[in-house]
Amino acid sequence: MYAQMVKSEATNDDPEMLAAFQARIDAGERIEPKEWMPEGYRKTLIRQIGQHAHSEIVGQLPEGNWITRAPTLERKAILLAKVQDEAGHGLYLYCAAETLGVSRDDLTEQLLSGRMKYSSIFNYPTLTWADIGAVGWLVDGAAIMNQVPLQRTSFGPYARAMVRICKEESFHQRQGYDLIRKMAEGTAEQKAMAQDALNRFWYPSLMMFGPSDKESVHSAQSMAWKIKINTNDELRQKFVDQTVPQAQFLGLTVPDEALAWNEDKGGWDFSEPDWNEFYEVLKGNGPCNVERIEARQKAWNDGAWFRDGLMAHAKKRDARRQAAQMAAE
Amino acid sequence: MPVQGDMMTPDAEALAKAAGGAARSAGQTPLEAGSPEMDLFTGLTRLGDNTLILGHRISEWCGHAPVLEEDIALSNMALDLIGQTQFWLGLAAEVEGRGRDADALAFRRDAWHFHNILLVERPNGDFGQTLMRQFLFDAWHAPMLKALEGSADARIAEIAAKAHREVAYHIERSADLVIRLGDGSEESHARMQAALDRLWPYSGEMMIADAVDLRLAHAGLIPDPASIRPAWDETVNHVLEEATLKRPEGNFAHQGGKQGRHSEHMGHLLAPMQWLQRAYPDAEW
Repeated sequence: MYAQMVKSEATNDDPEMLAAFQARIDAGERIEPKEWMPEGYRKTLIRQIGQHAHSEIVGQLPEGNWITRAPTLERKAILLAKVQDEAGHGLYLYCAAETLGVSRDDLTEQLLSGRMKYSSIFNYPTLTWADIGAVGWLVDGAAIMNQVPLQRTSFGPYARAMVRICKEESFHQRQGYDLIRKMAEGTAEQKAMAQDALNRFWYPSLMMFGPSDKESVHSAQSMAWKIKINTNDELRQKFVDQTVPQAQFLGLTVPDEALAWNEDKGGWDFSEPDWNEFYEVLKGNGPCNVERIEARQKAWNDGAWFRDGLMAHAKKRDARRQAAQMAAE
Repeated sequence: MPVQGDMMTPDAEALAKAAGGAARSAGQTPLEAGSPEMDLFTGLTRLGDNTLILGHRISEWCGHAPVLEEDIALSNMALDLIGQTQFWLGLAAEVEGRGRDADALAFRRDAWHFHNILLVERPNGDFGQTLMRQFLFDAWHAPMLKALEGSADARIAEIAAKAHREVAYHIERSADLVIRLGDGSEESHARMQAALDRLWPYSGEMMIADAVDLRLAHAGLIPDPASIRPAWDETVNHVLEEATLKRPEGNFAHQGGKQGRHSEHMGHLLAPMQWLQRAYPDAEW
């Protein structure tokens, strides 16, 4: 899940309008940007979509880490295309957030100053080429679990962005699986890399869904507004059930001794990730938090002259156009 | 294995040939220098190594560009260039006929066997240098591909036609950005002029023919690089004027990349690029 632990905002709107709004949501209607919405709904969505967009942007970094080392021209092209898609997803999502009255620059500033979060998963390093497969298979796999239901979310621009994003993410997941399959079927060293990648990415992937909803008051409000469709636990279970047979097919071992098929529930029993680690990563103590945010800050600061230069040119061009018009009149 | 005598050998090309020959599988004789096959192989690697090395350089920006739209545009161009590399080096390997493929040429040759111009291996520098390097190359690449569409070899003409459609967008974009930043703020103007001055001595190499180029041009396979100069000059003069940038006066051209004599930067570029293939030579990816 690219948006984790999104706090829902309290709302102080007129009770009658709130009831009418809720009735529209309950009837399955889509809410569009120019229509009335509770302030809490707007703010919660900005936080959720913004966090999702930031995750796409920061998510370029762990994968970009291997673009210059991709082992074949085809793998290099696939990875480039994938990272390009992530940047594109960031762009759609910032646009969706802008329809709620916040600018992209504003959201960027909040990311860079640490006031807005991105998904915890991108604070883990990509250490071997097999990690690029694991990111596609597990990380994109977990993201898809969350995003497929969000195609039915109540806010129109977000739902529509999800339709396109899900198509591309499914493609990425298949490519990631293909990469790690090649490794798992390869030399002893390649297979060891594949197993090591699964060992390191398994629990951080489970964390992507966030802690159990039993502890969250925010989930209930977001679910009532249909900006969250399933509980964190439902999605996590679904992810494990889908992923375990895929790992078995690869001949890789899921790093969980308690993993066992539960006939009664028709799903796998599995160990919870270490939630202390999760909270530490959110606080900034993950293996790569500092590098990730520094990389984004550097890109933004180093690029200031570029952005200013383009703005200066646009102003000059407008001034010339106006002068030409005045001369013609 | 190089011996002490190698150090005294003035002919790096001959040495490279000997080393390359030894690295290939037993029983495979390398193409004969000066043969039509070797000329064509060299010409094709010049095209494919340019796109590979520039595509690689651009891909170093991934996730670090000044604005999201540039991240998208740069990865798109890198993708086009890597795609073109697959075609050019694929054809080079076919012409060579020694069992190598495009990946073997990209990931298993050492620097002295690469034939790209020095311009494309220049480090990225600031974003202005990256853009200026791109513009100077695109202004040559687009007319070169257009001319290659008329190659006597149908395979070359076909690859060129496909690549030209992509590169037409590259030059449109890089020229537009050079104009906007040159005629932008005081700082953007200064950075673009500095980038131009710095890269200018590396722009001439792509338009200077050597004996291989001339033989290929004579055979109607790959046009004489010098014949691209008028088109390049026209684009560069027009864009620089609109960008309010001053065309540097000197005509000095650093040369050597096309013949395998590269800058110190080349080895550092190849080290990460080729690392997996070199470290795990038996693996498939």
